Amino acid sequence: MREDFEILKSGLIYFDNGATTLKPNVVVDAVKDYYTKYTANAHRGDYDNSLKVDMLYEGVRDKVCHLINASSSSEVVFTSGATDSLNRIVFGFMEDYLKEGDEVLLTVSEHASNILPWFYLQEKCGIVVRFIPLTADNEVTLENVSMSITEKTKVISIAHVTNVLGDIRPVQEIGKLCQEKGILFVVDAAQSVPHRKVDVQSSHIDFLAFSAHKMLGPTGVGVLYGRLDLLSKMRPTSYGGGMNTSFDLEGNYALKSLPSKLEAGTPNIAGVIGLGAAIDYLNHLGYEAIEKQEKEVRDYLISELKKIPNIILYNENILSSNVAFNLKDVFSQDTAVYLNHYHICVRAGNHCAKTLKNAIHVNNTCRISLYFYNTKEEVDELIRVLKDSENIFKVIL
Amino acid sequence: MDAVLKREMILEHYQNPVHHGLIESDEYQMYHTNNESCIDHLDIQYKIVDGIIEDIRFSGEACAISTSATSVMIERLLGCSVEEARKVLENYENMIEEREYEQEVLKDLNIYEETYLQPNRKKCAMLPFVSLKEALDSENQK
Repeated sequence: MREDFEILKSGLIYFDNGATTLKPNVVVDAVKDYYTKYTANAHRGDYDNSLKVDMLYEGVRDKVCHLINASSSSEVVFTSGATDSLNRIVFGFMEDYLKEGDEVLLTVSEHASNILPWFYLQEKCGIVVRFIPLTADNEVTLENVSMSITEKTKVISIAHVTNVLGDIRPVQEIGKLCQEKGILFVVDAAQSVPHRKVDVQSSHIDFLAFSAHKMLGPTGVGVLYGRLDLLSKMRPTSYGGGMNTSFDLEGNYALKSLPSKLEAGTPNIAGVIGLGAAIDYLNHLGYEAIEKQEKEVRDYLISELKKIPNIILYNENILSSNVAFNLKDVFSQDTAVYLNHYHICVRAGNHCAKTLKNAIHVNNTCRISLYFYNTKEEVDELIRVLKDSENIFKVIL
Repeated sequence: MDAVLKREMILEHYQNPVHHGLIESDEYQMYHTNNESCIDHLDIQYKIVDGIIEDIRFSGEACAISTSATSVMIERLLGCSVEEARKVLENYENMIEEREYEQEVLKDLNIYEETYLQPNRKKCAMLPFVSLKEALDSENQK
């Protein structure tokens, strides 16, 4: 399977899959084919290539629908990424839905894109943003969610898997609770859809957001899922071509039905087609095999890291594929720069989760985020280099 | 300059930076600085009396390059007039950005002369300078 990734032939050790994943050749080819063999706009023409683009583009919508078990393809909207999806949920729906004093529950380990739009709404419309307390292990439990809910709670918006510590939230149970209490459940699935099965129906998810580029697909494409009755009330945040059925000089206009009315302008056709190829590739591997491979490498990574005396591990009991660590007395960025000298890519920093520091009491970490193409041999090389880190400043300065 | 010596000086300034830790005093102006890559953050305070930089102090969390560069910068600028400081900052930026610069003006700051070889560290090396420059500019407007 590693031979499916041209970039891996360079000997690169890529441990930054939480940021973006590598792209298999089938995805690159799918994008290239669109640009070299059948370029055309979607939904516009009567010629062969345009019809083909239409068919392929809408075909990807069906693939996404099956992937997350949506009840209809009309519930799937293509966006520019998870950030865009979350912003549309907040500004295209919640801004109208929520009233002053209504509460939205988040956690401190959310990505910026699931905090800042809410902060803006808090400032502008007087909604109240509150944070569900985390356990000592920085996890979200049903109990903590339950005790955070008040009669003013209208929305719970959390990541399925967080991007720094990689803790997996019990979305199914939380979704059920939300449904019982009449609370809307928004899930940021950017770090989960690439790795595990997400089922919007069985988890009672009302809105879901994720990005293509974190699941082998191209950058600039994302998915917004919305339960049909909710999505039909979503206000387009962009108006233009492709989303209206008519308009006249008196200012009358009518919009298309879902999902087109939420996709103004020419979409990222190549990107969506690339996402389709990525979904095919993931389906071919199967989530079960992906999880198994990741678990094996993750367990090995953690056990090997623990053998290094000057390593601080922040989440050794993690069940996903993100491992956060620091070398004692070394700034995380210096560690990342050091590893880069050996062509090992890790991420240093706060990973766009700037409020998490309140929970783990450390501003910056190095993050290793694995994917199924990572191997124990790559871990061995990482460990060899980290063990040798006494020389870190000789290498980086 | 000898590579080993340069590295030792950077490391020394990283592990034992001068004027580290802020003090509470009305005589100081405060500046906060953030790396665009969103990792490093430094608080810098300075005291200027009659156009002379009498003191600069800092605190915060940053990488080896940023931290040491702050320390070396402070040593270089203490006792300078604001105009002299500007000249140092300008030449330092030119060095980091691979433009022509006057080596003798920079003194110990020359240890960062090869930072350009690691382009991803240019921002680190510039971090304290960018904010001090802003601070001095605002000083000028007073």
